[in-house]
Amino acid sequence: MKALAAAGAVAVLLALPLVLSGYAITIFILIFFYAYLAQAWNILGGYAGQLSAGHAAFVGIGGYTSALLFERGVTPWLGMFVGAALAAGLGAVIGYLGFRFGLRGFYFVLLTVAFAEICRILASNVEAVGGAIGLYITFTGDPRHFQFRDPRAYYYIALALMLLATGVAALLERRRLGIYLTAIREDEAACEALGVDTFKCKMLAMVVSSFLTGLAGTFYAFQNFSLQPGAVFGIPLSVEILIRPIIGGAGTLLGPVLGSFILTPLAEVSRQYFGQGGLHGAHLVVYGLLLVAVVLFLPQGAYPFLRRLLRRGAA
Amino acid sequence: MAVGLTLIFGVMRVVNFAHGDMMVWGMYLAFILATRAGVDPYLSFVVCAAALFGLGVIVQRGLVDRIVEAPHEMQILLMLGVALVLENLALLVFGPEPARVRSPLGQLTWELGPLYVDVARLVTFAVAIVLTLALWLFLYRTELGRLIRASADNHYGALVIGADVRRIYATAFGIGAACVGAAGALVSPILPFQPATGLALSVTSFNIVIIGGMGSLVGAFIGGLLVSVAESLGAVFLRPSLKELFSFSLLIVILLFRPAGLFGKRLP
Amino acid sequence: MTALLTVAKLSRRFGGVQAVKDLSFSVGEGEIVGLIGPNGAGKTTAFALISGFLAPDAGEVRFRGRVLRGLKPHQVNALGLARTFQIVRPFPRLSVVRNVMIATLGRHPAPAEAERRARAILDELGLGARAETPAGSLTLAERKRLELARALGTEPVLLLLDEVMSGLNEAETERMVELVRAINRRGVAILLIEHVMRAVMSLAQRIVVLNYGERIAEGRPEAVAADRRVIEAYLGDEGVPSAPA
Repeated sequence: MKALAAAGAVAVLLALPLVLSGYAITIFILIFFYAYLAQAWNILGGYAGQLSAGHAAFVGIGGYTSALLFERGVTPWLGMFVGAALAAGLGAVIGYLGFRFGLRGFYFVLLTVAFAEICRILASNVEAVGGAIGLYITFTGDPRHFQFRDPRAYYYIALALMLLATGVAALLERRRLGIYLTAIREDEAACEALGVDTFKCKMLAMVVSSFLTGLAGTFYAFQNFSLQPGAVFGIPLSVEILIRPIIGGAGTLLGPVLGSFILTPLAEVSRQYFGQGGLHGAHLVVYGLLLVAVVLFLPQGAYPFLRRLLRRGAA
Repeated sequence: MAVGLTLIFGVMRVVNFAHGDMMVWGMYLAFILATRAGVDPYLSFVVCAAALFGLGVIVQRGLVDRIVEAPHEMQILLMLGVALVLENLALLVFGPEPARVRSPLGQLTWELGPLYVDVARLVTFAVAIVLTLALWLFLYRTELGRLIRASADNHYGALVIGADVRRIYATAFGIGAACVGAAGALVSPILPFQPATGLALSVTSFNIVIIGGMGSLVGAFIGGLLVSVAESLGAVFLRPSLKELFSFSLLIVILLFRPAGLFGKRLP
Repeated sequence: MTALLTVAKLSRRFGGVQAVKDLSFSVGEGEIVGLIGPNGAGKTTAFALISGFLAPDAGEVRFRGRVLRGLKPHQVNALGLARTFQIVRPFPRLSVVRNVMIATLGRHPAPAEAERRARAILDELGLGARAETPAGSLTLAERKRLELARALGTEPVLLLLDEVMSGLNEAETERMVELVRAINRRGVAILLIEHVMRAVMSLAQRIVVLNYGERIAEGRPEAVAADRRVIEAYLGDEGVPSAPA
């Protein structure tokens, strides 16, 4: 039953570009892209319960790496894996330091923020990687360079990414690692007493999460054709990444996706609406209010809430 | 500034991410008072403190109170939400351009032997010391202050002796916010500010409090001194834009090796 | 009877307090040994030292012939030593069966098999009917049994039970005693910390008494109950431990 619904939904999404306008397609690209990032974050922040407010760093590293490699003639199709690997490397470092030294909760958040900010500052100040101006990618429109003239290509790639991340999360949920992670989120010491190597599990979650996020960096770079240190390493992006799974439902499979479907159009609409009047940042106020509301009233997120509603409706 | 944060944390173990953004509102308030009412920020800081006290209490009663018992992630997210709201409301209301408050005091310098001392900063420093002392006296010598400290040490114990814990928490949060309001006003002539400054200030506050030790007043004060000295030194040796690098690196080192800071208690 | 666990001159201090001092005792295969003493005598600290949650300042712990030094709790557990916590720690948002699966997955990585074994343990401990409920909504007695179920899931040869009877009424205590006996009959050695004297006296073959971190007596239950030093140690606390009825 569930599989049928899922297949149906995917079929619909596949068919959409045939009927949508150019602008709508752009919105969907964003929805999928952020859902992908949300899902990647979810693996560490949702399932394992280790909140990270510095995930933008992985996007930045992934993007910058493939952009710089592209300048030297390496195709981004290869570059993206190198970028993701480097991002995973940073993730491993942060994870090692954080978990080895027993940093939990707030302290871990600070650690991630510190690293992300350091990356941003370095990127802004080192001329070799573009400095404060950032990097620009020469437009060739060549698919071999991960560039497409038709936005629908980006649509399908973004959709594929989202499905990939969701697939990884789904796989994780059923296997031992995923089950361990949900328990680690509840009580680490009790897990240790039951024979779970919590350090290894958390490291795995961290590396997978940062690798996937790193891949997104390349997509971002070659869709926007530019990388600004503030935009791609900064806290605002980290907030965008973490807010969707939190509002949608951290630690659930569809929560991040739902979160993106709710928030991304909302953000776009308010950017359009308020941005015209010169009122920037309105959508962030909405984010903030939603975050507060969710924490107070729906701590598990929108998706579990909806699920319960549907169940009660069916009963 | 850091003293306020440590108070909030020490008493309620709630981490206030919105700290920096509250401070920015303090700054803007001082700005308004200065431009509209012509009140010098060195005087208006009292008003700013009071206003932010109110804001703090509202935030605490309305929001934080409900989640005092909740898992930490929830608290972090809540304050993050508040921070987002505050920062972007400021953006909406005041615009993204940096602002600065003018004060006649800001122009003065004294000659002290071979040194030129910036009077504005001196006054700020002096007021900070006075406020810190006042806070110390309050916490250690008054009934309410003792209650606050007791609640910090032992939440249930305080309940048992019949203390109105909610009121205590609200007061503590309010005072923390008030500190920040005062700080904002005092600093407004010195530091150009914009809504985005909120984040940098929050981070600095956390830096200071972590280094000095969460929950310790003395620690916050000493931490503040240490961090500013470190940052100034950093600015001397490295490019100014890199001085943030220095403080973040310091934060990481401290996080790893002494998360309790020099004087503080550990987050459970 | 070969010694399964040997604790030799174990010591640990916290700041100014010597929590455990020169503690030595052993547990043989299949034995049930009780660890008693007034509050604050260092019993839970001893558990933490043995199970790898704390590092000793001095002394050594030998388990199955192997010295446990610098091992993390999960490694100690993998060797066959399981412990429960004084204040039970279920995973509240996970279902009861998932709670136990965390334990069984250790030796049976395939989730399907782990679940099967988890359910079997739950049935044995009378929690079968509650398998799908979130652990957070269990009663105290049920949580105690869940704690026991989880520890069993790791297939230990030595089980450290920390006040597993506390907070239970008479009927629940009886049931727990029977369960512990049944587990022991299967060959699992048990070291239990208890304040419920009736339970300790009837379960334990041998008792070690701690006071202020030091062993002050050891022997069969009746002997320990009559020991003057033990009586004095308890007089300030709960009164005299009495021999089984």
